[in-house]
Amino acid sequence: MLYDQVVLRYGDLMVKGRNRNKFEKRMLEQVKQALLAYENVTYYKSFGRLFVLLNGHSHEPIVDRLKDLFGIVSLSPVVSTENDLEKIRAAALGLMQALPEKPKTFKVSAKRAWKTFPHTSQEMNHLVGGHVLHAIPDLKVNVSKPEVELRVDIQSEATYVFYEVIPGAGGFPFASNGKAMLLLSGGIDSPVAGWLALRKGLELEAVHFHSYPFTSEQAKDKVIELAKRLSYFSGEPIKLHLVPFTEIQTTLVQAKSDNLIITLMRRAMMRITEQLAERNGASGIVTGESLGQVASQTLPSMNVIGRATQLPQLKPLIMMDKHEIIRMAERIGTFETSILPFEDCCTLFLPKSPSTNPNLRIAEKIESLIPNYKQLLLDAVEGTEELLLTPMQQTTVQTAGEDSWF
Amino acid sequence: MLYFDHCASTPPYDEVIQTMMEVMRSQYANPSSLHRFGIDTNKLIERSRSLLAERMHTTKGDWLFTSGGTESNNLAIKGVARQYAGRGKHLITSQIEHASVYETFAQLEQEGFWVTYLPVSESGHVRVEQLEEALTEDTILVSIMHVNNEIGSIQPIEQIGRLLSRYPKTMFHVDAVQSMGKLPIPIEEWGVDLLSGSAHKLRGPKGIGYLYVRSGITLYPILSGGSHEHGIRPGTQNVPGIVASAKALRMSLEAMEQRERKMKLLRGKLISMISGIEELKLNGAEPIAPHIVHFSYPGMKPEVIVHMLEQHGIMASTKSACSSKDDKPSRVLLAIGATHEQATGGIRISLGDEHEERDIAALGDALRQIAQQLKPLERRLT
Repeated sequence: MLYDQVVLRYGDLMVKGRNRNKFEKRMLEQVKQALLAYENVTYYKSFGRLFVLLNGHSHEPIVDRLKDLFGIVSLSPVVSTENDLEKIRAAALGLMQALPEKPKTFKVSAKRAWKTFPHTSQEMNHLVGGHVLHAIPDLKVNVSKPEVELRVDIQSEATYVFYEVIPGAGGFPFASNGKAMLLLSGGIDSPVAGWLALRKGLELEAVHFHSYPFTSEQAKDKVIELAKRLSYFSGEPIKLHLVPFTEIQTTLVQAKSDNLIITLMRRAMMRITEQLAERNGASGIVTGESLGQVASQTLPSMNVIGRATQLPQLKPLIMMDKHEIIRMAERIGTFETSILPFEDCCTLFLPKSPSTNPNLRIAEKIESLIPNYKQLLLDAVEGTEELLLTPMQQTTVQTAGEDSWF
Repeated sequence: MLYFDHCASTPPYDEVIQTMMEVMRSQYANPSSLHRFGIDTNKLIERSRSLLAERMHTTKGDWLFTSGGTESNNLAIKGVARQYAGRGKHLITSQIEHASVYETFAQLEQEGFWVTYLPVSESGHVRVEQLEEALTEDTILVSIMHVNNEIGSIQPIEQIGRLLSRYPKTMFHVDAVQSMGKLPIPIEEWGVDLLSGSAHKLRGPKGIGYLYVRSGITLYPILSGGSHEHGIRPGTQNVPGIVASAKALRMSLEAMEQRERKMKLLRGKLISMISGIEELKLNGAEPIAPHIVHFSYPGMKPEVIVHMLEQHGIMASTKSACSSKDDKPSRVLLAIGATHEQATGGIRISLGDEHEERDIAALGDALRQIAQQLKPLERRLT
């Protein structure tokens, strides 16, 4: 067991001044939650950094998990040692000898934060570098372009030796920036929007509109899978609201204004989501809209749809191209699920020529003519099913049947 | 729950489940083992084989056990084509075959065979004259299903067999997955050379298929391995499944006549109910299997109707998996001349032993209600 700790570095958090304490606490909670399965792990906080003490666990799976957590700018598995030259030299050599691929060149970059240490950083570069050079034949120093940069970080409590600086997911720790509702459709875009929102430290509750029997059960399962994937990144369970949309949709269809139907549906969704947000203490709506992608995502459409709610609408993908969104979806592992062919309620009743320039007054007029429209919306809110999802949660397939059968 | 999906699978007989359990518990030896225990187990398989021959009245051939209807169809068709390719490379089948036949032929085309896919009449039946015209010097195999799995049309197997008796070089395969145990099939009298069946369609276990092979025909095996099932289908036999499937066949055949009478009655009632609902259009025509009713709701996705029936506690099926983005129309319905719209909107009701008149009435009521509910949304769901 070479490494005994993993160090996590924060970025954006550091600019938060007096809030820093709160953020750091959130960060620690989030890391603890994500590493729940590793029982021996302990934690140590120091200025601007968090140390995960491995206590015998291997570092790879832990680094892999931490890489996806928000609020971490970079992380390194490190060997820690006492602030003693010989011990530091031994640790540095041990690390160099354990490298998966033998490098031809290297350099030492020492940093002395603890000024009481008897040697300067410059001296340490030579003292440690010379020791390693002497012990490993054929190895050379290259100061400008080394294959391996061996870092020696001398702090008051210990010295850390490492060479990897792995980029983290960045952003803010989970729930450090408030709560919003995410419209999760089952398509490619909305999970990516959710990921970006989570990265900004938003706590999310997902809202999905289904039109059973017009849409299938599998479409619902797909959204559950996506929500579970998002909860993997937050490290916390995510609440999914499944809103029955059938009544509203069939009512709107019968209003006989085909080209406005999408606009009307999206307005209904906004209103329902607003009520759900109120009941769950959320103060914004995140959507996966991208300007110009479909008829309901033109600026005039977004205007008419947006007027249905007072809540701020966050649209992280608004200026992105489809291929960029797809690339992100692939990277965060939602693409494969998103492209499963089960349709959601948005693609149902799709008119031949949806309006790209809807008129607000006409939309409002049609809505006012629907008998009991308010009640219809309220019924949908009341009929909403809530699921609390975690990444580990078993799927319906896994829980099917009774245990005694298998 | 009302289960109207017997073409997809049937509930096994209690006695079949019992047998399966008992054989599994007590006869666990490998039937190929040389010791007494293995030999006894093997006797159970041979007894199952002879029971099949006895009950299906075959004396000039042998029955093989496979993993199901798909494997039986694959083995029969590929087995003949690859074994007899030297005699000729022409094969004939129809446009309405089950995928396990249709796709097998498509695969053989890749291997250099030449396949004629016969069209069918509007009622869903192969025309014997067209088959005769398609026959050539090079035709080594004709494969036609007995009962179509979507619309239930019964194919003129007897006439085709009579025709082919004049072509000794041409072998005749029948996919009887939907009819075995349900309709009389005098295999040898009809001149059938190979016939496929599946146990779970006649109240037996899943994972067991039957394949009749007339003696004198050699099949080129798909799997390589030991000498099980005469070396044509290697792999340690599923003894409990085989014994249980033989029992299921016996029980199905014993109940056949009575069941046929009852099904015809129920089918008649259901058909008159559906004819009374103007939105629905019945598909297929006589001769038709007594346990299948097929209809379309033009302009409506069939999945919606299946889901709505489910809300009434009724299980029925569409032909296709629930997928709208590639809602391919049914190949079978297109072949009988249905419009694209009708061909994507098919619903299949398949009846079973447990159904009574009141169940049919409940289904009819549910369909009427659903049609009424969907009326205002018609043609908007595309």
